[in-house]
Amino acid sequence: MTSPPESLTAQAATDLATASVPDPAAVLDFNRVTLGYGDFTVLRDLTLTVKAGEVVAVMGGSGSGKTTLMRAATGQLGIKSGDLKAFGQSMSGIGRLEIQRLRQRMGVLFQQGALFTDLDVFENVAFPLREHTRLTDPEVAQKVLENLDAVGLRAAAHLKLSEVSGGMARRVALARAIVREPELVFYDEPFAGLDPISMGIAARLIRRLSDKLGCASVVITHDVPESFEIADTVYIVGQGELKASGTPASLKGSTDEYVRQFLDGAPDGPVAFDYPTTPAFEKWCQAKGVEP
Amino acid sequence: MSTTGVLGSIGHFTRRQLVVLGQVTRFFVQLVMRCGVIFKRPRLVTQQVHFIGVHSLLIISVSGLFVGFVLGLQGYYTLNRFGAEQALGLLVALSLVRELGPVVTALLFAGRAGTSLTAEIGLMKAGEQLAAMEVMAIDPIRRVLAPRFLGGIIAMPVLAAVFSMVGIIGGWIVGVVLIGIDTGAFWSQMQEGVDVLDDVLNGVIKSVVFGIAVTLIALFEGWQCKPTPEGVSRATTRTVVASSLVVLGLDFVLTALMFSN
Repeated sequence: MTSPPESLTAQAATDLATASVPDPAAVLDFNRVTLGYGDFTVLRDLTLTVKAGEVVAVMGGSGSGKTTLMRAATGQLGIKSGDLKAFGQSMSGIGRLEIQRLRQRMGVLFQQGALFTDLDVFENVAFPLREHTRLTDPEVAQKVLENLDAVGLRAAAHLKLSEVSGGMARRVALARAIVREPELVFYDEPFAGLDPISMGIAARLIRRLSDKLGCASVVITHDVPESFEIADTVYIVGQGELKASGTPASLKGSTDEYVRQFLDGAPDGPVAFDYPTTPAFEKWCQAKGVEP
Repeated sequence: MSTTGVLGSIGHFTRRQLVVLGQVTRFFVQLVMRCGVIFKRPRLVTQQVHFIGVHSLLIISVSGLFVGFVLGLQGYYTLNRFGAEQALGLLVALSLVRELGPVVTALLFAGRAGTSLTAEIGLMKAGEQLAAMEVMAIDPIRRVLAPRFLGGIIAMPVLAAVFSMVGIIGGWIVGVVLIGIDTGAFWSQMQEGVDVLDDVLNGVIKSVVFGIAVTLIALFEGWQCKPTPEGVSRATTRTVVASSLVVLGLDFVLTALMFSN
């Protein structure tokens, strides 16, 4: 990096040195982004880049802000500061139609599945195709069955949602998230509720999709073995900031206390078990007349 | 409570109601702007007409029949005092077409279809289904709410017409079949006295207005509710209460506008 001009202040020079240079190949680029709800900051100064064809795992304990990160990336939550770009376009201050256009290039697997309970398995997976494409019914059927086949549920296409188990429902949601072959796919806890066999298949499917379609995958999870097996890069968030990042191999060899505690699942370490005190809690305590 | 406190409470309440009114108006405009869905995807609307309308037919028909029975009986007792029982058909028809048809149908509609709409939208919200649609670049107001809004507006006048028709049959059963009023007098008085524009059309206009009001309230409550079981439950209750009051209030205003000289 070139030296900053002398006219820059020391603070500006520090900012320039620490800010990441935008990568033209990045489909998702967080540059010193701060996220939160109201007065509460969930993640500070987050810098994260996802390139096409790459599988990125975002890991962290419960409530560490992993899902908040996804909500910001999909335009559901505005950022507090910094710069967030999806497909090279800044997400700050863009209109509804532009967000819609960007979202058409994304796929999301929701934590709870968010399947449409009035539709059967087949129609749930077909839903994005029917809404966004002009495919004929036989073409839709072929595509849907291919995707259901990929998650092992081809023969469950006719079932109602009330007739499938929780694990099967997550696999249906996975098929729906990828049916349009998006360029960027977010998987929010894709392994939750899956049996060991389905978990392995789901992990390999995510890797295979990224390799085959060249799509970028962001896997939000706290499942270490499965995500380390398929991820190119792993980001670990906690205590309101990015704690570590790197390849699975480099993180496995990390001596950082936080990383070690998270990967080893150790009860003692820097990860706080207690939920942090927030301004809202302090206000609540004040109203109740108790000490925070 | 001090005077300042009372004034403060009134001000707070008024401001809150104005905020809600503004939100409802904004929501209404958003719905109207997306009503073009009826031309692009009419099937979405017909499905809702079926769900909202056809599934309400039984309760509407049975209620209409019993209201007709009661009107026949009460009308006969009153008209008989003046020797005017031959005008029973006219009384039953005017009561139903002008007032009871649109109003009672709207109240039943709020209880049957309005609550179901609120609960459905609220549960979709709680299950992240609406958020999922947004992330899939699908506008939930256009895809989910607008077809239901149009379905409610189309279904309401049809249901009100069914209610009035069945009610008239109920009045005929009581007046002609059970009491023995001349059937020719029953129908001819009705034909003579009921005006298509003044009575029938005004009744239809009322039911369309009630359809807009009830469906709007039901969808708004579902859209705005807290995504929890308690939130959905409260929203469903609010739908019935608010719809009933708005229908009765609107009925007074519309009646004053339509039938005053």
